[in-house]
Amino acid sequence: MDWITMERWSPYAVGIGIGLLSCLTFVLSNKSLGCSTSFVTSAGMIGRLFSKKRVDSNPYYKKMGVTVDWQWMLVLGIAIGSFLGAILSRGLILEWVPTVWAEAFGSSPVTRWVVALVGGVLMGFGARWAGGCTSGHGISGGLQLALSGWVAVMTFFAGGIATAMLIFNVLGA
Amino acid sequence: MLTKLHDNKSAQLGLGLAGGIVFGFLLQRGGATDYNVIINQLLLKDFTVMKLMLSAVITGMIGVHLLERWGLAKTSPRPGGWGSTALGGLIFGVGFATLGYCPGTAAGAVGEGRFDAIFGGVIGILIGAAVFAALYPALDKAILNKGAFRKVTLAELLRVPKWCAIVPVALLLTLLLMALEYGGL
Repeated sequence: MDWITMERWSPYAVGIGIGLLSCLTFVLSNKSLGCSTSFVTSAGMIGRLFSKKRVDSNPYYKKMGVTVDWQWMLVLGIAIGSFLGAILSRGLILEWVPTVWAEAFGSSPVTRWVVALVGGVLMGFGARWAGGCTSGHGISGGLQLALSGWVAVMTFFAGGIATAMLIFNVLGA
Repeated sequence: MLTKLHDNKSAQLGLGLAGGIVFGFLLQRGGATDYNVIINQLLLKDFTVMKLMLSAVITGMIGVHLLERWGLAKTSPRPGGWGSTALGGLIFGVGFATLGYCPGTAAGAVGEGRFDAIFGGVIGILIGAAVFAALYPALDKAILNKGAFRKVTLAELLRVPKWCAIVPVALLLTLLLMALEYGGL
């Protein structure tokens, strides 16, 4: 049972596992792996606390739904599964500033927090604009041979590679 | 198809949670919940994320289409377009590199105790999703429907039967992975 405490598994083993998990979700739930819709659901649930009327009359929330559903539970499960993965191997990370970021921009938690927040806003906005994220478009769209999935994954990485190069090779050089 | 199970709402919530736990465990062990791994992929220094994604796509592509052939699954590929998928994808990419997690791996990074994913990532993604919902009527009118793809899948685009696309794509992606290993990446 050494594998259960091993810090890292081969990316191929993990990828094949995710591929098989996709097969299961198709059969058992008629659903494909995806994550970003549940952030809309959650934003709607939080928004309702402030203005129920505004959320309920918004056409996007109407279209996507504002209830705890299969995908919402999936995303909650991801956090739990990753927590289990961490405590069974190297333990929780409990850090504000990742190494690669700290090497280029220093170890200030505030700087990292602000940049992460800006990145999160852009990504959440872009994911909904594109109609999916790395799992919904990249893995699930890709495996269904969806043109949207392949175009999405290419633009995710084109934008991502260009921005990472700008951040680390120009601004952080 | 297991339609009775699909319609059982509480069973589906349980299955979603169980599937998520497996997904999160796999992502954590694959290193995909680690900012450093994701950024080094975008800087083209570490190809873990690409290896993981492509092997998931190859396995799932063959598996899901076989299951569909056996009547156990139904694929539902999403339509897309240049105005929606490609433009949104570029914005996503900029955010992806700035945050260093994607929506799923951000949730995983939260479980692993990475504070930048909790207070920056998840909160940011929620704000981004809310802003999109607020702007949706205007964006939908102005740009989201521009340049819609006329076909949904690669097989339709190439006008070939499904398997004539699946087998070559699976082989090409496998060759790509072998080339990465051969090149020492």
